[in-house]
Amino acid sequence: MRLFAILSLLVALTGAAAAADPSERLADPALEQRARAISEELRCLVCQNQSIDASDAQLAKDLRIIVRERIAAGDSDDAVRDFLVARYGEFVLLRPRAHGVGLLLWGLPPLLLLMAGAGLFLAFRRRTATSGTESLSAEEEAALKALSQEGDESPRL
Amino acid sequence: MIVEFGHFALFLALAVAVAQSTLPIIGFFRRDPALMAVAPRASIMQLVLVAIAFSALTYAYLVSDFSLLNVVENSHSEKPLIYKFSGVWGNHEGSMLLWALILALFGAAVAAFGGNLPQTLKANVLAVQGWVSTAFLAFILATSNPFLRLAEPPMEGRDLNPVLQDIGLAIHPPLLYLGYVGFSIAFAFAIAALIEGRIDAAWARWVRPWVLAAWIFLTAGIAMGSYWAYYELGWGGFWFWDPVENASLMPWLVGTALLHSAAVMEKREALKVWTVLLAILAFSLSLLGTFLVRSGVLTSVHAFATDPTRGVFILGILCLFIGGGLGLFAFRAGTLRQGGLFAPVSREGALVLNNVFLTVAAGVVLFGTLVPLIVSAFGGAISVGAPYFNTVFGPLFGATLLVVPLGPLLAWKRGDLLGALERLWAVFAIAALVALATAWMKGETHIVALFGLGVAVWVLVGAFAELWTRSRFLEAGLLVGFRRLAGLPRSAFGTALAHAGLGVTLLGIVATSAFQSETIVEMKPGDTATVGAYSVTFDGLRNAGGPNYSELVATMTVREGGVVRFVVEPSRRFYTARQMPTTEAGIRTHGLSQFYVTLGSEGSETGSVVVRMWDKPLVTLIWLGALVMMAGGALSLADRRLRVGAPKPARRAASVAAAE
Repeated sequence: MRLFAILSLLVALTGAAAAADPSERLADPALEQRARAISEELRCLVCQNQSIDASDAQLAKDLRIIVRERIAAGDSDDAVRDFLVARYGEFVLLRPRAHGVGLLLWGLPPLLLLMAGAGLFLAFRRRTATSGTESLSAEEEAALKALSQEGDESPRL
Repeated sequence: MIVEFGHFALFLALAVAVAQSTLPIIGFFRRDPALMAVAPRASIMQLVLVAIAFSALTYAYLVSDFSLLNVVENSHSEKPLIYKFSGVWGNHEGSMLLWALILALFGAAVAAFGGNLPQTLKANVLAVQGWVSTAFLAFILATSNPFLRLAEPPMEGRDLNPVLQDIGLAIHPPLLYLGYVGFSIAFAFAIAALIEGRIDAAWARWVRPWVLAAWIFLTAGIAMGSYWAYYELGWGGFWFWDPVENASLMPWLVGTALLHSAAVMEKREALKVWTVLLAILAFSLSLLGTFLVRSGVLTSVHAFATDPTRGVFILGILCLFIGGGLGLFAFRAGTLRQGGLFAPVSREGALVLNNVFLTVAAGVVLFGTLVPLIVSAFGGAISVGAPYFNTVFGPLFGATLLVVPLGPLLAWKRGDLLGALERLWAVFAIAALVALATAWMKGETHIVALFGLGVAVWVLVGAFAELWTRSRFLEAGLLVGFRRLAGLPRSAFGTALAHAGLGVTLLGIVATSAFQSETIVEMKPGDTATVGAYSVTFDGLRNAGGPNYSELVATMTVREGGVVRFVVEPSRRFYTARQMPTTEAGIRTHGLSQFYVTLGSEGSETGSVVVRMWDKPLVTLIWLGALVMMAGGALSLADRRLRVGAPKPARRAASVAAAE
């Protein structure tokens, strides 16, 4: 899970410090960066699969301003998201939260890997078990006996 | 008259497809060679008929025949010629016809080049191809007929969606469909094997070239689509995890897995059942991809309801082929004998690991793509966007990439992990060195970026480790080394190139994501802004236009250290027929990097405009890497062991390779 968290930062990496529209920008660069990171993960509700940070739509602009107003008012990142979810529903979050169906979304990858791992482990164990302890058939047993007796009868030097 | 001729040819093609899907199978069960021999002839006949239909529709577009509803809805008499041509498949009906044409093309190719296939296998494979053809032709004729006439033709058409009026549309869908439909051959081979209840290494040798060809086309289609979205949408990104993109990524992931497991099967007779399953899954995802994109299911579930017959038909086709294929698999897979034991640490083991990661990744993408659809079907609304996919897909694919250089260094059956790692220490050192040097030079301390860079170099350099160790430069000297290198099979070079391409693409992604500079600023003519090491002067705006749009072009001079480097001209277009604005990015390639400028909305003062500018270091590597991957695939395809119709030299070459 730690790796997941670290790698998720890769996304945040792409964002420089400036807002989509310079006129909306917050004066404090630290706050602006937070606003930008949040905006990149909010859906522009009237666009096709675009974040409010990337979109030119009027609604996206309004939402960007709301995000910055909340942050300037001292809200935490989660509080800003909660505020927007209360208004627009879970649909506004491009990164689904881990409850309900979201739990399934976040749980699926590790679950699939675990299942695949268990399946592989069982398959290999079954194979080595069958190929390792497979008992000989009656004819093979007889042939082996014949061979070893043959060996016994051969003259020893 | 020509249009009616095409329409009629399409009906005939359906009749031929029905014959192709039934007679050879009956022939197989009755052991009747005459009935089985229907298959190749029917496939070639079908190609001719579908080609006639497609040409007729193309003709209607070229002459702007506005008595056809399809032409009215998607064309315009003043549209440039190339878009009249590519506009044929820039809509649902036409693209389905293109799909059917490519399907017929592949079927005819199997008939023509499959001379060395056993007659029963050939008959069954082509019959299964016939089922797919029948389904698609029936779907086109019943619900998506491009040949429908209008009683009162209008004077002018409604034009093609402006975003699609680009050279990208001429190339991207055909490439993608060549990939999708190529997997139908693997599917047909898999179903034929299940029907016959017999499968062996020869089967894998026959299937591999088709899978490889499909994979090359799909890689090309995805890369092309990505670049198209990059320059056409003007958002500066190259992959948006849009459902439409995911639809093409899923078959690619499973197809890549199939490519590798078929290799195991050909060499070692292992993973037979798994390979058959992957073949079915790859085509199932291709079908899903085709319909997800083309039916409008994705953008909204309600589009499904606006045309229920089409939706129900699509659902029927999906259930029939995916359900039927998997059902047959469940029912008959037990009859396929497993062979080829191997230890967990072995080349086979590494390929199994690759398969696990790729299929899990495909599963995750599938689930993430379908969840919003399922939720909205129950009246809810949830978004699964880029942040989710990046977080989940990144680690999964990253783990796969770490193993890539290792696989080819492990021996078949039982490998020596420590020995392989020992041979890779130099690669590891290079990767670490590059990451550290970058950290020192760029002052970049972000651990994820450095890790990504290291992985990219690890994959890129490690790809050649197999060639290096197999030619024994260190032990045998340069001369013998080169002779041994020249003697290695082409597929070894293919593997190395394809893996290296993966590293190249990753390098581009990491460099762009981590080291790009971005500036968004409101500018008036005469203003200067800086982005990265460049200063950009906004010289002014001018009006321009094309045959079916008007345009506002900005001229910007880019200087580095006071010296003029280049001029970029981003623009905003307005397409009159559809009343639709588009943004045309101004892109300038310098070396492997690109400078990218788009015009946003109008600024607060009159005459000012919001400008987004990026300097994207090494961004072209993302797509060049795909080209390298394709070259690797093509090289493997050229390997005589895999060439279609060369079974005897194949055995000799294989034994030579095995002896090494």
